[in-house]
Amino acid sequence: MENAFAQPQNVVVLGGSSDIARAITKKLCAARAHTVVLAGRNQNLLDEAAREALDYGASRTDTVVFDAEDPANARDTVARAFAQVGAHVDLVIVAVGLLGDQTRDQSDVAAATRVMNVNFTWPVAALTEVRNRLVAQGSGRILVISSVGAVRVRASAYLYGGAKAGLDRLCQGLADSLIGTGVSLQLVRPGAVRTRMTHGLAEVPFTTGVNEVADTVIAGLEKGERIIWSPPVLKYVYAVLRHLPGPLWRKVMDR
Amino acid sequence: MTRQRLTGWGRTTPAFADVQRPASEDAVAREMALANGVIARGLGRSYGDAAQLSGGVVLDNRSLGGIGAVAADGVVSVGAGVSIDELLAVTIPLGWFVPVTPGTRQVTLGGAIAADVHGKNHHRDGSLGDHVLEMRLVTPQGHVTVSPTLDPDLFWATIGGMGLTGVVTTVTLRLHKIETDRVLVDTTRHANLDEVMAAMVAGDDGYRYSVAWVDCMTRGARMGRAILTRGEHATRRDLDDATLVPPAPRRLRVPFNAPSGLLNPLSIRAFNELWFRRAPRQREGDVQSLGSFFHPLDGVGDWNRLYGRRGFVQYQFAVADAQADVVVRAVERLSSSRVPSFLAVLKRFGPANHGLLSFPISGWTLALDLPIGPGALPGVLDDLDEMVIEAGGRVYLAKDSRLSPESVRVMYPRLPDFLEIKNRVDPRHQLASDLARRLHLVGE
Ligand SMILES: Cc1cc2nc3c(=O)[nH]c(=O)nc-3n(C[C@H](O)[C@H](O)[C@H](O)COP(=O)(O)OP(=O)(O)OC[C@H]3O[C@@H](n4cnc5c(N)ncnc54)[C@H](O)[C@@H]3O)c2cc1C
Repeated sequence: MENAFAQPQNVVVLGGSSDIARAITKKLCAARAHTVVLAGRNQNLLDEAAREALDYGASRTDTVVFDAEDPANARDTVARAFAQVGAHVDLVIVAVGLLGDQTRDQSDVAAATRVMNVNFTWPVAALTEVRNRLVAQGSGRILVISSVGAVRVRASAYLYGGAKAGLDRLCQGLADSLIGTGVSLQLVRPGAVRTRMTHGLAEVPFTTGVNEVADTVIAGLEKGERIIWSPPVLKYVYAVLRHLPGPLWRKVMDR
Repeated sequence: MTRQRLTGWGRTTPAFADVQRPASEDAVAREMALANGVIARGLGRSYGDAAQLSGGVVLDNRSLGGIGAVAADGVVSVGAGVSIDELLAVTIPLGWFVPVTPGTRQVTLGGAIAADVHGKNHHRDGSLGDHVLEMRLVTPQGHVTVSPTLDPDLFWATIGGMGLTGVVTTVTLRLHKIETDRVLVDTTRHANLDEVMAAMVAGDDGYRYSVAWVDCMTRGARMGRAILTRGEHATRRDLDDATLVPPAPRRLRVPFNAPSGLLNPLSIRAFNELWFRRAPRQREGDVQSLGSFFHPLDGVGDWNRLYGRRGFVQYQFAVADAQADVVVRAVERLSSSRVPSFLAVLKRFGPANHGLLSFPISGWTLALDLPIGPGALPGVLDDLDEMVIEAGGRVYLAKDSRLSPESVRVMYPRLPDFLEIKNRVDPRHQLASDLARRLHLVGE
């Protein structure tokens, strides 16, 4: 069970080998996390993340391999992860994502569909199953990794940003639908983060490391923030950016 | 099935559960037979997640009523859902007081047994379990009567057992004879923690009731300045006009949740200053009512809402006399980390009883209310856990909302015995609470 400081004991991470998810998981393990089940595409990376969780204090870990390109497996993946926890699940982190290569993907129907499946359709299918299970439990928390890119979609990343925008908006409605069930959903909107996914790209303002994101998320969990911005200042930056006139927005964001 | 939202007094970690209100032993047994997971609940005055079960069945004990006739020797049988407030309303006019009362009258007998509550007289009279002659208990195996001689193992697992051995339906206990509804109180102010602790060691044995309020927000030489109040029941000889009137119901309520952050280091410091200044430097034989002496906070209903949406935790630990330095170090740790705390309560404990999970052990106990918010708080409390464990002490489960299962196993060395008895009466592990899940007390 989660304690009064929103420190969970049993955690399921969908997209468990992503850098942000790993950074968050480490901090949860250093607090109270006891059982951590990591689901992802690559067994080796999952094993690495599982070892790390144990190093940081988890007592038990397990892994589930799945491919988010096929939303048909989402239900079964969630069911397997919950079964491996074998007890009340306190927190489900949804960190599945694929940046893709916009310039290539935007002219390739299959590639565009893939970006949508991984960033939107699979997570939504999984969230549906997670929702059912947590509501039956009568308590639990869902943490969905969105992106500041979801707030206003840029031309240079409209596939990824658009999929995240869909997920982000859908999750706000989903969060409202959970009121009175004991389950809550919180969104994380990180800005640019130094990860494997962004390696080699030019660094933009307000870029942070994954540890900073994780610290902000841990604080946001405790506060019960519906939307956790990382770094927090982006909340104000985007309050302005989202209302910039189009020409100016394109000039600032799509240099 | 509609679920109801439940939290403890600290208003953290809500649970949604199916709440039932059985009015008889048989009804309790029926609910228990149907439920996968089930736990009893009283007035929800435990601070954390002890009286709730997410997704399970919660048996509100408030319809398990009834107050029997008080025998000449003070023995009375009471329904487990009766509150101490309701019991006192009947027994004070007859000249009987409860043998032990916590700092609020708004607890049920069932809840008080499950936590094996202590009062200001623990150093003399022990905890509530020491005054219980017999209980009726519904377990998944059926109804039983337990006492220190009838299945003593189950009796002492139930005293302090946090509801995890079954639902208590009736409690037979021995009351304490009083001649008046007043207490004679001696108050002294002390400049720091060392001074007040020395005064308590030297003088507590001369008083039935003793408690000190410690200010954890002052640093330096005045760190832990304190007000010590000690008292005795007034006799008819002590007063010109002796009466036996129960405490009046509360007058004030907090109508809404205060904004989080209302209780910040500044406001708490100011409150503590006021409280301290208000107390006399020294006063003897002050005549106080039972209510204002024992339950000063009951004057304001729902005062927990002052802590705002995010709620608060209480940290209460006990250590042996030889480890008194832990009390000092704990207060130092809190005041140096600038984690705000209202006045802390310091008490001496007498010897422990046989309750397997009962909290009191001979020595000292300190209790602190801490608002959720400061990022450092979880870590500071984990550090305090380590200090307490190193000193062979423990943290009170009825106040807890953040311990780890590993700590609890060390703090309560008789936990394996408890789990063995729980397994015997609850082989399918139906009795569970969110606290029991969190601290691994359900059994396997
Ligand atoms: C202002 C304040 C001051 C306090 N001061 C003190 C103090 O000085 N000393 C002290 O020891 N404690 C103190 N407490 C704690 C309080 O006395 C205990 O938490 C007590 O258990 C609360 O009783 P309740 O009826 O509210 O029970 P709940 O909080 O509803 O339940 C507490 C536990 O009792 C179990 N339970 C309830 N009914 C039954 C039943 N019929 N059969 C079996 N189990 C049952 C529940 O399952 C749960 O585990 C204080 C609390 C507050 C809010």
